[in-house]
Amino acid sequence: MTFLTDQPIVLETLVARVQSPSRGGVACFLGTVRNHHEGRQVLRLDYSAYAAMAEAECGRIVAEAESRWNVAVTLNHRLGQLEIGDTSVAVVAASAHRDEAFQACRYVIEELKRRVPIWKKEYFADGSVEWVGSGEAGKRGGKDHHTDAGELVGRGLDENR
Amino acid sequence: MQSQTGSTVSVRVLLFGSYAESLGLDAVELVLDKPATVASAVDHLRALPQGERLPPRPLCALNLTQTRMDAALSSGDELAVLPPLAGG
Repeated sequence: MTFLTDQPIVLETLVARVQSPSRGGVACFLGTVRNHHEGRQVLRLDYSAYAAMAEAECGRIVAEAESRWNVAVTLNHRLGQLEIGDTSVAVVAASAHRDEAFQACRYVIEELKRRVPIWKKEYFADGSVEWVGSGEAGKRGGKDHHTDAGELVGRGLDENR
Repeated sequence: MQSQTGSTVSVRVLLFGSYAESLGLDAVELVLDKPATVASAVDHLRALPQGERLPPRPLCALNLTQTRMDAALSSGDELAVLPPLAGG
């Protein structure tokens, strides 16, 4: 199973991996590239990863979700240059009932944001380029800093809304 | 720097994202005196040109798993120094 891809994410492909006649509830989360960050206009993003560890960590997270709930889970994270509106991450969880599917889906995206070594560089309309969570952006808010897991988890869904 | 003997460990260090850009390198072999730890490897990196741009206690991974700064290093280990994560 490869969780990272440099190709566009196709949700139906992920759904097909986990859906089955016994799993009637399918919960999906999509993260898409947003056109603003802290009040500044974003033109595009460039995602990179420590691929070997990212694959291993995604595998661990999926295994945790599948042992904690009666679900089948899969995910994709895209790397490379993405434009506004492109899907950067997709998580799909399928279960006999919706509650477990929603819980597992939420768990996987939160843990991915907290633990998987992926980085993004933001290209702003004013011509500046910044690594998210580092440099000036990091000094301003420190929002993406890994050591503050609570803040990171709390910010997760809002960022992709 | 000492040659590879019983008194040193040789580890491969990977840098990513903003850290790789700051130091101008994404991989380096370090030969460290025993007993070597993640912290001593980071100290070594911080002594390189532009190394002061690394925080004293960055997030690190040892052989693909997040690790503590006091973890011991053995020859052949792969140590990765990870900027603040920003996936999703």
